[in-house]
Amino acid sequence: MNFRSLITYVFLVICLCLVQILLLKNLALFGVAFCFIYLLAILSFPISLRGFPLILMSFGIGLLVDVFYDTLGLHASAVTLLAFLRPYWLKAISPNGGYDDANFPTLPEMGIGWYISYTLPLVFAFSLMFFIADQWGTGGLFGVLNKSFFSSIFTVIMAIIVQLLFFKRRRGI
Amino acid sequence: MLRILQFLYSLRSFLLFVLLEVLAIGLIVSNNSPQGAAFFNSSNAVTGSVLKTRSDVVDFFSLAEANEALLVENAALLEHLKTLNSIPDSMTIQLDSALEAQFTFKGARIISNSLRFSQNHITLNKGSKDGVKPGMGVFNEEGVIGRVKSVSENYSVAFSLLNTELKLSSKIKSNNSFGTTKWDGKNSEKSKLLYVPRHVNANPGDTIVTTGFSAVFPEGIIIGIIESVDQGEDPNFLDIVIKLSTDFSKAHYVYLVENARLDEIDSLHMNSDIENEF
Repeated sequence: MNFRSLITYVFLVICLCLVQILLLKNLALFGVAFCFIYLLAILSFPISLRGFPLILMSFGIGLLVDVFYDTLGLHASAVTLLAFLRPYWLKAISPNGGYDDANFPTLPEMGIGWYISYTLPLVFAFSLMFFIADQWGTGGLFGVLNKSFFSSIFTVIMAIIVQLLFFKRRRGI
Repeated sequence: MLRILQFLYSLRSFLLFVLLEVLAIGLIVSNNSPQGAAFFNSSNAVTGSVLKTRSDVVDFFSLAEANEALLVENAALLEHLKTLNSIPDSMTIQLDSALEAQFTFKGARIISNSLRFSQNHITLNKGSKDGVKPGMGVFNEEGVIGRVKSVSENYSVAFSLLNTELKLSSKIKSNNSFGTTKWDGKNSEKSKLLYVPRHVNANPGDTIVTTGFSAVFPEGIIIGIIESVDQGEDPNFLDIVIKLSTDFSKAHYVYLVENARLDEIDSLHMNSDIENEF
């Protein structure tokens, strides 16, 4: 990872977190579909990034969002789970011949079919953890599953739209 | 020994994951206890200023509505004032000063608000510098909003009434039978009135107000209107659904109320081992 792509990643994280905090905080489509667009930043980190740095960075980003949401620990715990699962899931769905080192797990690089199969389960795991922790002891399992299902679909659709609009075609981001 | 270390090293990301999860869950638990003041929340200076800038922009678009609400409230207050003014030709008795000013009021603005989780909080633009203290009640002209949880120098965070941790001592206005308002975490427009015995005659359309028992709110601030009364599963209590009178998605300007005798009442309750609801 060169210096320029580092800057782009920092910029991406800041932009997505700002959008999440300032615009999407009280958005819930039909009361069930939440949008966690800042996950796009964590999902777009290079494939070679794994283990300690990925988990620590994700935890930090989650905590940052938490502070603004007044839900201390909720985002952090869910996003840590996502970061932990990401390398295993990437390995499980690797295409024939494995990944290039230069590959980025983004929509313009990998195509829509692969991208949905990459993001949807991870975002669903995130949502499940998030809503279980949020509704602990109050809501039923049905509410949790309902919210997780629709939130993950909504988030993935939003992530795809953002990438179609803003991500450049050839060089990753 | 080396094998064990190698084994642990190969598990390092899993161990880090477990450690951070435990830390996060610890934070959730400590943040959600009703009494505990959390360190990281939106009342700290940086977060507060970001949220305030955002709300400065957003609130601009709702100024017309805020003005209208203020007009309505002003009119109601003027009418109330007329009834309080002593009529010149009748004898009036000056009340003892000890009975006056038990409650003092302050104005504040909501700079951040959430509706969609089961523990919702509100951030206000007034802090300890302006005399806000933890435990003060928050309401607006529509009804009860919540209770202050923690305070920093310039900002404060309050439990929203839409928080499953907040219990509010409340009563049915028409027959004075009391219960506890507690949100069930589902719909941001509705809440539940708990612990109302079965013999009480509660009807849809009855108004629910604060009792004044808890010493956080003065008596008679509106909470909502009964929407439905069911027999429910509990053999002793009715299952009552309230339609909240406050529209939490539109609340911008609020009042803070402080009970000057809160400390006295609290210590009295503590001495006699009563666990109070808020």
